[in-house]
Amino acid sequence: MDSGSIAWMLTASALVLLMTPGLAFFYGGLVRAKNVVNTIMYSFIAMAVATVVWILWGYSLAFGEGNPYIGDLSVIGLRGIGISDGSGIPDLLFVVFQGMFAIITPALITGAFVERFKFSTYLVFLVLWLTFVYAPICHWVWAGNGWLFEMGALDFAGGTVVHINAGIAAVAAAIMVGKRRNPGIEPHNVPYVVLGAGLLWFGWFGFNAGSELAADERAVSAFVATNAAAAMSALTWGLISHMRTGKMSAVGVATGAVAGLVAITPASGFVGVMGALAIGLAAGVICLLAVDIIKGLGLDDALDVFAVHGIGGIIGALLTGVFAVEAIGGVAGVLEGNAGVMVTQLIAVIVTLVYSLVVTLGILFILDKVPGLGLRVSEREEDNGLDISAHGERAFVRDGAD
Amino acid sequence: MLKIEAIFRPERVNAVSAALLEAGVTGFHYQNVTGQGQQMGVEVVTGRGGQATTRSAVPKTLLVTVIPDDKKDQIVEAIISSTRSGQIGDGKIFITEVKDVMRVRTGESGSDAI
Repeated sequence: MDSGSIAWMLTASALVLLMTPGLAFFYGGLVRAKNVVNTIMYSFIAMAVATVVWILWGYSLAFGEGNPYIGDLSVIGLRGIGISDGSGIPDLLFVVFQGMFAIITPALITGAFVERFKFSTYLVFLVLWLTFVYAPICHWVWAGNGWLFEMGALDFAGGTVVHINAGIAAVAAAIMVGKRRNPGIEPHNVPYVVLGAGLLWFGWFGFNAGSELAADERAVSAFVATNAAAAMSALTWGLISHMRTGKMSAVGVATGAVAGLVAITPASGFVGVMGALAIGLAAGVICLLAVDIIKGLGLDDALDVFAVHGIGGIIGALLTGVFAVEAIGGVAGVLEGNAGVMVTQLIAVIVTLVYSLVVTLGILFILDKVPGLGLRVSEREEDNGLDISAHGERAFVRDGAD
Repeated sequence: MLKIEAIFRPERVNAVSAALLEAGVTGFHYQNVTGQGQQMGVEVVTGRGGQATTRSAVPKTLLVTVIPDDKKDQIVEAIISSTRSGQIGDGKIFITEVKDVMRVRTGESGSDAI
């Protein structure tokens, strides 16, 4: 066992967990004040539900031996996973680190359906989505015998598994739940948005540099690349915002940082720092354009999950193939003369998009038909805000009655 | 008795308070409000920083007080002199008749209760 790596991976696991409350504030600030408790709860409850699912059967389906397409039930309840197994770090540490990814991925989807999705149905959705969408894709890309892994798809920290997957599932969710009746114009709390983006940026070091699963040189490289891409994308987004409106929007800079972090996720262990800057620049420009284009299509992906995570993930997956440096990750990219890697990257992107879209649509279609569930709150509940109607709690009690 | 509702720039609230006390006003309340006048609202950035739109969200203070009829000119002058800058957005004063006033503690009514 490598105590240095164990110390780093325990820390990295905690960092990744912190991203989910970060996301809760990022999303919570963007909605209206009557829906902020509900929006935060979508993320926070994922920490509870996904952890339990992961321990009971999620990890086994994702990383059990199984076949190239899905794991098996050989390690349900983490049966037989001891604290002294594994080389470098214990298997149990790998289980908990990966469990943090299973928490944040479905939480990312919630940005598409905030302000109108039924909370009780969401709890069921979490369980089904982790089982039928997250676990298989995780197995394909990261399990030793997964078919995309064996094909050589490059996804260092989850560009396909986490971001493209959640981004396209968000499109499915926005289609199925329908538009908000009366969407707000401005975020209700910009400091929350910036706080959340700050926590995400911080936690993302665990997400990306931790994906090396060791405290070594490549983890350092991933850490530096992560910071570079986030910075470049935040700056790019801020400058475009300033050019368009004459003012640099804090929400824009925060969103730009997140887009850059998304795009560098698959690339972080494969590209150098200049490649990371280029990926950040691309994310800042393209994701900002995607926000406008997708809004123009009439799809009410309320918090731009597809524009930031879907498009950002696709940019990252493809540019990983362009900028990969053999001396860092052992795989050369297009710039080093290996054009063939782009084919694998493209296949991984397309397969993830199609599978996640179709199965997520299927899950939501069924949940909509189940008596007592259904996807959408009533009109009255939506108008009153989901804080009161779903949780009986208000974010800001300042009517003097307390 | 008259009710004065004065809308003015939030940064003038301390000056208005002092001027009202000097003019003999015994009580008032105020709150933060937003709206629009001749400046036609205020520009806010939306669409994740990519767009700007105009909303009637100019911040103002709305102060309410009830005064005896004979103090009207003096108090209106106190408000104007403590808020006027000469620029668009200085605000407005609305004056209405008040039918009656009751002081809860003593049961006094009419101008005695002001």
